[in-house]
Amino acid sequence: MATKAFQKIYTKITQITKATCSLKATGVGYDELASVDGKLAQVVKIIGDEVTLQVFSGTEGVRTNAEVVFMGKAPSLKVGEQLAGRFFNAYGDPIDGGPIPEGKDVEIGGPSVNPVRRKQPSELIATGIAGIDLNNTLVTGQKIPFFADPDQPFNQVMAMVALRAQSDKIILGGMGMTNDDYLFFKNTFSNAGALDRIVSFINTTEDPSVERILVPDMALAAAEYYAVEKNQKVLVLLTDMTNYADALAIVSNRMDQIPSKDSMPGSLYSDLAKIYEKAVQLPDGGSITIIAVTTLSGGDITHAVPDNTGYITEGQLYLRRDSDIGKVIVDPFRSLSRLKQLVIGKKTREDHPQVMNAAVRLYADAANAKTKMENGFDLTDYDMRTMSFSKDYSEKLLAIDVNLDTTEMLDVAWSLFVKYFNPNEVNIKQVLVDKYWKE
Amino acid sequence: MATKGVVKGIVSNLVTVEVDGPVSQNEICYISVSGVKLMAEVIKVIGQNAYVQVFESTRGMRVGDEAEFEGHMLEVVLGPGMLSRNYDGLQNDLDKMQGVFLQRGDYTYALDNDKIWEFKPIAKAGDKVIAGDWLGEVDENFQPHKIMVPFTFKGTYTIKSVAPAGKYTIEQTMAVLVAEDGSEIDVNMIQRWPVKRAITCHKEKPRPYKLLETGVRTIDTANPIVEGGTGFIPGPFGTGKTVLQHAISKQAEADIVIIAACGERANEVVEIFAEFPHLVDPHTGRKLMERTIIIANTSNMPVASREASVYTAMTIAEYYRCMGLKVLLMADSTSRWAQALREMSNRLEELPGPDAFPMDLSAIVANFYARAGYVFLNNGSTGSVTFIGTVSPAGGNLKEPVTENTKKVARCFYALEQERADRKRYPAVNPIDSYSKYLEYPEFQEYIASHISPSWIEKVNEIKTRMLRGKEISEQINILGDDGVPVEYHVIFWKSELIDFVIMQQDAFDAIDAVTPLIRQEYMLNKITTICHTDFNFDSFLDVMEYFKQMINLFRQMNYSEFKSEAFFGFEKQIDALIKEREANSTQK
Repeated sequence: MATKAFQKIYTKITQITKATCSLKATGVGYDELASVDGKLAQVVKIIGDEVTLQVFSGTEGVRTNAEVVFMGKAPSLKVGEQLAGRFFNAYGDPIDGGPIPEGKDVEIGGPSVNPVRRKQPSELIATGIAGIDLNNTLVTGQKIPFFADPDQPFNQVMAMVALRAQSDKIILGGMGMTNDDYLFFKNTFSNAGALDRIVSFINTTEDPSVERILVPDMALAAAEYYAVEKNQKVLVLLTDMTNYADALAIVSNRMDQIPSKDSMPGSLYSDLAKIYEKAVQLPDGGSITIIAVTTLSGGDITHAVPDNTGYITEGQLYLRRDSDIGKVIVDPFRSLSRLKQLVIGKKTREDHPQVMNAAVRLYADAANAKTKMENGFDLTDYDMRTMSFSKDYSEKLLAIDVNLDTTEMLDVAWSLFVKYFNPNEVNIKQVLVDKYWKE
Repeated sequence: MATKGVVKGIVSNLVTVEVDGPVSQNEICYISVSGVKLMAEVIKVIGQNAYVQVFESTRGMRVGDEAEFEGHMLEVVLGPGMLSRNYDGLQNDLDKMQGVFLQRGDYTYALDNDKIWEFKPIAKAGDKVIAGDWLGEVDENFQPHKIMVPFTFKGTYTIKSVAPAGKYTIEQTMAVLVAEDGSEIDVNMIQRWPVKRAITCHKEKPRPYKLLETGVRTIDTANPIVEGGTGFIPGPFGTGKTVLQHAISKQAEADIVIIAACGERANEVVEIFAEFPHLVDPHTGRKLMERTIIIANTSNMPVASREASVYTAMTIAEYYRCMGLKVLLMADSTSRWAQALREMSNRLEELPGPDAFPMDLSAIVANFYARAGYVFLNNGSTGSVTFIGTVSPAGGNLKEPVTENTKKVARCFYALEQERADRKRYPAVNPIDSYSKYLEYPEFQEYIASHISPSWIEKVNEIKTRMLRGKEISEQINILGDDGVPVEYHVIFWKSELIDFVIMQQDAFDAIDAVTPLIRQEYMLNKITTICHTDFNFDSFLDVMEYFKQMINLFRQMNYSEFKSEAFFGFEKQIDALIKEREANSTQK
């Protein structure tokens, strides 16, 4: 980071903690960037003439006489067409050996869209996966995470969704990603010939954890450029937001803040909302859709990170290994897409909402029947039929290797209803039964 | 002379300002940051230092930036022209702002100074009036919007003159009042009021007793809310809080509906923006938007104004109540407001209470709910503010401070439950845990007896008891097995399932089923209780299940049909035939 001639250089640091350092300085703006012996830092507290800096890469080796230079601006990214196809670190510097892209310098973490200027999302994102398209339909401008255990193949599913979805740009924000996963994404995207519409901001497990805090804002600043200025449909992938939250917790801890639930900062909800709420459908056709990953520890969704996330995002997707068929399925019980009501039965066939609900209800009956069986009770004929139905339903629709269009999914569902049930057992509106029930 | 100050310290949106004169707690000030003035509120004073919470991002603020104090607390502007508007938490008109993004320091006026209103006087020269008394009215979206003696006026005034009927703008003088000391005061259509103070210009606040119809069966039939009542809806995410809340705000029989989107998703507000201008109020036939005010302070908007947003909404609600109108206020979600308090309390380094919330949370929540209510105005008319808040309990655990403190003060409790939502039993309001204290009010019971039917309450209590009994039996069946309990038990269980499927569950996305008028609810309740009283002949539990599934299916088809339409009567006939099929001859109830 080269210093310019007129910049004042401070050389007297008064306090150093693991993530922050303080010094006496004047004329410093809040949120402003600084460099501490070349390490990037940001102003997080000003009391009189004492300024506290958060050093992103940690304070290891910082000297009390380190050279501190304030840059007079908040963290920013140069946005422009040259971002496409490139890989950057958390600061927006290239890590793929290419040149530094040119473009307009914008501050990251910028203002929110005026709610009255938003448009109601109404465009379906087809993924071919029935667990998503049929039961939890995604819509442009939506924000939705996968709630997954670390051993589940969420990155693979996410890459598949990203490539199948018809988007103009894909922005990948990787936080605490393993190097292997980073290479997986890189290879998958380049094998699919999609690299030219992908921009990546990657912080791997090898990088300092506090740097992760910048990744979502970097990714979304790039996304806003394409969505607002170029009216493009942008899909943002953020993996893994739990690592992001952990980094926030580290910083707040170092700043002596009183932790709230699960040692997370009290502002976690607002911090996460600021990121997720960047998802938007704009009136001029541009949109930002966010698909994120929140890893769970032991499937616990009451932990502060998934819990706050669930209140912010428009639904959540769960993956589960179905023991009946030995494949990973999108769990129909706990998964939910809140925006599906905007498109199902409107952009898809009229019977979509009722078929979807009926199938899930019958699947739930099958789960009850299984419990009964495990407890050693006699099963009724209906119990047996729901269990057979549930197996077929998992195999033909829920498994993530299914690739059908929505109308085909609905036809498959009806054929399963006909195979196992009477019309009065499915609880679907008579007019729809009359039309689609084909013995 | 106005007090001025300079910025001395900045931690996120908590700023320390050294002042050169007197300041008051909750006073508003503006801090100039690179040419933009940012609004802030005093929340603590130590010596010459005022601690202010800034309602915007403090990015770029420097030590030495100047602050000007306004001499008043956070206020809203009240007057005709608020209906159909979209405000942020500080009552800025969002539609008047330029550009796609919200620029900080962009404050817009809540009313319209140029709009012409058709005024009709109510009071006349010589009348003695006090604060809140009606001077005249204008027509605002077909609601009589009263022009009142400003709420801040103390004592009795004599009217010198009232403007004659005609066309006026809000800034024109509508009346001249003479105070007790002989001074004359001009009154126009605008008044201001600090949001954190309740407007109490009414004579009396009796216990509320009139049913507020919402068209949602699990509320109206099972746990009714009343005009001027309070209720809250706690629920883990994904249990349908928002859908239920939107259903209530669309269908409730209120004159004015105010929706405070406090720290929630922007797309949910957009849904209201998109739908309400087209949807029709089922009670008046007018467009829903005409009776609605939206206070949108979504989760990505500044945290400090999130706290202000619920107060802004409540103050506007109280203002309309003073006109003798029925106001419904919905706040989604009060937990976000509590979290905003927590963030600030944390920055102030106050000693935390449970879950790091401020110690006075319970008092704050209680005071807020107490602002709702049914009132008699000075002139004998009545008005009401009904308040329903949602709560987003962390981890879905109802034993957390916000839920617990709300439960102490709200009279209706609609417990949304994960398990019901998983089983797609919507609305996922748990019929057993939920309650409405109003069912126990003798005033309410009397009102229901004379307005619906004398046996209503008894039947409501009966179906609730049956739901509880059904749950107990289903637990026994789970332990003992289907064969392990008598067939009669299965009948009792399936009768409770019938109540659940037909009355408690409702399809909010079906045009007909979404709204059930009271008369239809009465029909359903009667029909279902009659079946519950009928004895049936069954040989085995399998027959019971088969039979009631058929019955439930017929009732559901009926719920999807227009009330008393041909299709409706068709299903009724099939149901009656089905009852005959199995009815035990011995008893004829």
